[in-house]
Amino acid sequence: MLSIKNLTVNVGDKPILKGINLEIKAGEIHAIMGPNGSGKSTLSHILSGKSGYTVTGGSVTYQGMDLLEMPPEIRAREGVFLAFQYPVEIPGVSNIYLLKAALNSIRKHHGQPEVDAMDFLTLVKGKVRLLEMDEKFLYRAVNEGFSGGEKKRNEILQMAILEPKLCILDETDSGLDIDALKVVAEGVNSLRSPERSFVMVTHYQRLLDYIKPDFVHVLAHGQIVKSGGAELALELEEKGYSWVEAA
Amino acid sequence: MTTAIASRYAAEYQTIAPTLCGQSLPWLQQLRTEALTQFSVQGFPSPRAEEWRYTNVSAIEKKLFSPSIIGQPQGIATTELLSTYQLPDAWSLVLVNGHFCEELSVLDGLPETVSVMSMADAVETQNSASLLETHLGQAIDNAEHGFVAFNTAWFTDGLFVHVPAKLVLEKPIQVLHIATQADVMAITRTVVIVDEMAGAKVIETFVGLDNAYLSAAVTEVSVGANANVTLYKMQCESEKAYHFGGVYVQQARNARFTHHNFAFGGLLARCDIHADLDIASECELNGLYLGVKRQHIDNHTRINHLKPHGISRELYKGVLDDRARGVFQGRVIVAEDAQKTDSQMNNRNLLLSNDAEADTKPQLEIYADDVKCGHGVTVGQLDEKSIFYLQSRCIDEETARNMLTFAFANEMVDKITIKSLHDKVLEQVLLRFPQEGVNKEWL
Repeated sequence: MLSIKNLTVNVGDKPILKGINLEIKAGEIHAIMGPNGSGKSTLSHILSGKSGYTVTGGSVTYQGMDLLEMPPEIRAREGVFLAFQYPVEIPGVSNIYLLKAALNSIRKHHGQPEVDAMDFLTLVKGKVRLLEMDEKFLYRAVNEGFSGGEKKRNEILQMAILEPKLCILDETDSGLDIDALKVVAEGVNSLRSPERSFVMVTHYQRLLDYIKPDFVHVLAHGQIVKSGGAELALELEEKGYSWVEAA
Repeated sequence: MTTAIASRYAAEYQTIAPTLCGQSLPWLQQLRTEALTQFSVQGFPSPRAEEWRYTNVSAIEKKLFSPSIIGQPQGIATTELLSTYQLPDAWSLVLVNGHFCEELSVLDGLPETVSVMSMADAVETQNSASLLETHLGQAIDNAEHGFVAFNTAWFTDGLFVHVPAKLVLEKPIQVLHIATQADVMAITRTVVIVDEMAGAKVIETFVGLDNAYLSAAVTEVSVGANANVTLYKMQCESEKAYHFGGVYVQQARNARFTHHNFAFGGLLARCDIHADLDIASECELNGLYLGVKRQHIDNHTRINHLKPHGISRELYKGVLDDRARGVFQGRVIVAEDAQKTDSQMNNRNLLLSNDAEADTKPQLEIYADDVKCGHGVTVGQLDEKSIFYLQSRCIDEETARNMLTFAFANEMVDKITIKSLHDKVLEQVLLRFPQEGVNKEWL
């Protein structure tokens, strides 16, 4: 699915990622943990194509394609989805319009006809119920005036409708109370499948109580300093990041 | 130069004066004479004047605009403009080159007690003439700047509306200004009087053929106690035209006035909007200006809170592309007596090119001590974070930019409550920014 080889990235002259190696197979869930400033968000931004970073070396291959050569919208249409840490408010563009435009862009990219209006509504409303959201959200401007929790749910709603192959969750648990966290986690778990992979970027272990990862990687100073199974997250929680940073 | 141009127009005035409406009314003759004197002294505004520092009108002094002759043939072009801009669900009064055109106007079915007529007819009709004697010139100050005095001296025609107390008009009234001749000057005056507890919606539409011409229209509105008036201005002049508009409003106690100002056309367009508020009056000013190529669009507002408990809300948005320049100067004045005033003014500008320019100057002058007043201004480009967010949701960059631009402008279009007008304005917005990927569905 995704193969990151010796990736180095700068912001300006400053190296942020200093040689990342990561192999993600279809159906796997990988958690990337690390202290603030370790380069976690940079990694998720690089994978989704945000500008402002310079790749100084290495490669990222996604389903046999050179991911770094693709503009963000092509990555998205090919199935890469970034759930934002801070979802952006888009006044004047309704949620449902964005969902439809996005879904049709994907279909067009794959040479399929536009989605039928009725089928689309049925699909969307089903997902809205799954995430325990109010249907009214669909007709409001994207994220405008949404609470932190509502914004995160909205990200998962988009993910549920667009059915990506590689889901990158950037600090999805931030700003969520325990109830909202459970709903979001259930939404994510319902999307788990042998064809779909997840990269969860998170500072805290608590999200991993609800979405169990297959692998945990610890990022520090721009490098993966330790990898392991789900139990590594618990160990980190207990011992703190200084334990791996020092290593 | 200013004096030279003033004396040139003043000299010409003598030949045209006998043809201007209201010859039989001594008070109007006097008003015109005083205004001409005022104009001869002032001339057109100079950029040295603070209120005109961003807008240089010297270009119009290089041309000689002449009033049009009454009774010119209408032609196919007029019919086309008419079919595009005349609203089907409104009473409409059509002015061609500054003169009322009865055969194009649709005024059937007006309630008997309501007057909607051309200014030239109104000054010749007893009831309306006496109303005009008390109202015409009341909301303006000829000394304000040269264009006001110029308008009072020269106006050939216009619209007169009177809605008596406790009557709410079911349909809007549209006054459609059409300019068909090159180098013509269309100078019109509109007076709208809405008595207490009455309601009216008036739409001023300005259009013209692809010529250089001068369109100068002053509108005075009197909103009676507890009355509600909404005025729409849809300025779609030719891109070679000069437009100088003024809207001057007097609001009585508890009166509500809403203005929607859509400034899309003109090579050089300026609009002044002044409102005087009484006790607990409410005033809402909305504006959207879209500039492309080398357009210069200037909007100037002044809200005078004269008495306590007034509320004012103002939002002006501009989208400027190419080498266009947008100017916004908004003043809110809260008099010493106007305690508990609640006022909010905002101006937001979106620059789509490196050569576009926005000059914005909000001013609050507060002389009372117990008020809630705020203002905010932004000049910027599309938010890169928003563009990336849309891209990450499969939307290509160009479409994302267009979506955001239209969404920005559409907020103002969405405030229009008259369906036919809403669609017409939306059509104009789409015409001004004809980029790919714009879908009416999300507008």
